[in-house]
Amino acid sequence: METAQTIASDGFVIEAADREAILHERDHYEEPQAACIEALKIVQRRHGWVPDGAIPVIAGLLGVSPASVEGVATFYSLIFRQPVGRHVILVCDSSSCFLMDYEALRDALTEKLGIQFGQTTPDGRFTLLPVCCLGACDRGPAVMIDDDTFGPVQPDDLDTLLEAYA
Amino acid sequence: MTDAVSRLRYRCQLNQGADERREETHPLTWRLNDDGRPVFHKEYVEKDGYAAVRQALNELTGAQVIDAMKTANVRGRGGAGFSAGVKWGLTLQGEGMPRGYIVCNADEMEPGTFKDRLLMEQIPHLLIEGMILAAYANNARYGYIFLRGEYIEAARSITRALDEAREAGWLGADIAGSGFDFDIALHTGAGRYICGEETALINSLEGKRANPRAKPPFPGQSGAWGKPTAVNNVETLCNAPAVIRHGAEWYQALSGDLSDDGGTKLYGVSGRVKRTGLWELPIGTPGTELLDRAGGIRDGQQLKAWLPGGGSTGFLLPEHLELALDFDTIGQAGSRMGTGLLTVVTDQQSIVSLMRNLEAFFSRESCGWCTPCREGLPWTVKLLQALERGEGERGDIEMLDQLAIGLGPGRTFCAHAPGAAMPLSSALHYFRHEFEQGVRHETGPAHADPIPVGEV
Repeated sequence: METAQTIASDGFVIEAADREAILHERDHYEEPQAACIEALKIVQRRHGWVPDGAIPVIAGLLGVSPASVEGVATFYSLIFRQPVGRHVILVCDSSSCFLMDYEALRDALTEKLGIQFGQTTPDGRFTLLPVCCLGACDRGPAVMIDDDTFGPVQPDDLDTLLEAYA
Repeated sequence: MTDAVSRLRYRCQLNQGADERREETHPLTWRLNDDGRPVFHKEYVEKDGYAAVRQALNELTGAQVIDAMKTANVRGRGGAGFSAGVKWGLTLQGEGMPRGYIVCNADEMEPGTFKDRLLMEQIPHLLIEGMILAAYANNARYGYIFLRGEYIEAARSITRALDEAREAGWLGADIAGSGFDFDIALHTGAGRYICGEETALINSLEGKRANPRAKPPFPGQSGAWGKPTAVNNVETLCNAPAVIRHGAEWYQALSGDLSDDGGTKLYGVSGRVKRTGLWELPIGTPGTELLDRAGGIRDGQQLKAWLPGGGSTGFLLPEHLELALDFDTIGQAGSRMGTGLLTVVTDQQSIVSLMRNLEAFFSRESCGWCTPCREGLPWTVKLLQALERGEGERGDIEMLDQLAIGLGPGRTFCAHAPGAAMPLSSALHYFRHEFEQGVRHETGPAHADPIPVGEV
C-alpha cells in the first residue's frame, strides 16, 4: 500500500465494487501480480479506458510496483491507456480476411468515420483499431464491435451495422 | 439488435450434419447439435459425458492415463505436433514435488485458425473433462483456461460449464468419489498473439508482459509460479476423454492407413472457396478431400498456393494437396501442418501482397524481446512494401533470403520469428518471379524516399 501513497493517483477513486472484484480475482492465483491484467480490465470496463490514476491504485491493491502495472498495461493491445470512443471497432487485418478484401472494408470504414486506425471520431462515438486474426476466418472479412463479432462484412453493410451502436 | 444487424453476426459452425457424426468416428464433435446450440451439462452427461473421468480416476493410475495418450499418439493440436503423452510424462511429480498446474492454451490467434472456438462455444464440458484427465495424469492441483479476450461467446459457455461442473462434483474435492481434487479458473487475455507461445503464456498468466522464457527449464519442470506445468491446446485436451473411454488402440485406428498420427483432426478451409468452414476428419486426410468438401475455388479463379495450418506455416502448391495432412508428411514437404486449417490463395491474388500482410502481422506482434525478431521483421515488411509497389531495387530479394535465414530456427529466443520466416522462405522459393516483378529499378526510389522507421 505504500507505493500507492507515494505516487499521485490524480484523485482517481476506485469504485467499491471494482475493488472487491479485483481482490476476488487475486484469490484465483498463487501470486497477486497475476490478477493485474484482470484488474486493468475491470477498471477499463468501468471507465472505457485505464486512467493514469488507476495504475498506482491497482498496484496498491495487488502489492506490486506501479511500474510493473504500467509495463503490463502498455504491453497488451486491448488495454487502453488513453480514452476511447463509446464503441471500439476491431478490424481483423490477418491473412484470411486480407484475402477476402479486408483492405476495401478498412478503407470504407476509415472514409465513413473520417478517422484512421488508433483514432476516435470527434463525437466520441467510435474508436477504430486493427486486431489479430479474430478466428472468424470462414466468414471474413470480420470485425468486432464491443462484444459482438460480425462477418462477412462488406462495405455496403457498414451503414446498417454502425447504426446499431449509438 | 435489428434483423439486418443480426444477420451479419458471426456464428461458428461445423460443416457436418449429425448424420455423418458418430461416437465411433468423431470423438470431438459427435455430441454437437446441428443448430449450433451448446451442449451443456445435462445433455453432455446424457451423451456419455464425464464417463472417462469416472473411469480414469477410479480405475486407472495417472501413469496409465499417460501411457494411453502415448499409445494413442495424440500429437499437439496447437500446431507443434509434440506428443501429448510424452509431454505429460516429462512433468515432474512425486515425492517432494509440489502439485502443479494444467494450463489450457485457448489463445487462438493464429491467422486462419478458427477451430478451438467451436469446441469451447459448443461443447465446453469436453474441454473441462479433458483437463481433469490431464490434471490426474500430471498430478496437477489447479487448472487455468487461458482464453483470448475477444472470445466472448466462448467465455460465456465456459463460465456456465465450470459452474455446472463444480455443482455436479466434477470439479472440487473428491471428484467422482476418487479422492482426487482439482479445480479450474477461466483466465481471459487482453490481446497479443505472442501469448500463444507457451512460456509467454505462462508469463501472461502470472500477470506479466508476455515475453517468452528461456527453455530449459521446460514448463513441465518449472512453469507457472515455478511449479510443474503442462500447457496443452484446447483440441488436444478435448481428445483425451475419448482416448480413455474407448482405448488408445481404437483412437489410433481412427486414422487407419492415412497416418501414423492417431485420431481425428478439426480441419478447416478459409479463403475464396465456395464453402468455407470446419470438418472433423481422420488425421492424415489429404488436402484434396478438404478442398472438395469446400466446393473448390469460387469466382472462376484457380488455386495457386495454400497454407496448411496458419500464417506461420510454409506455402505449398496445388500438387501438394495429395499429401496426407499430418505432422510428419507436411513437415517432409517443407512446411508444417500447424493448426490444420487451410488458407487458400488463388491465381488472382498476389503472393507479395499476402507476404507483406503476413509479415506486418508478425512485425506488429513481436514482443520485442530479441533483436532478430524486433529489427528483422520491420525490415522485412519495408522490403516487401517496396516490392509490392514496384519500387524494389537490386538486392532486395537477396536481402529477404538473408532475413528468412536470420529469422529462422535457432537464431531467436522463441518460435515467433521462425514462424514468420517459414512462409517467407517458401514464398521466395515457389513464387520468386512475383517478387522479381517488383524490382523495377537498379537503385530505385526506395532509397530516395525511404519508408520511415516505425510506420510498418
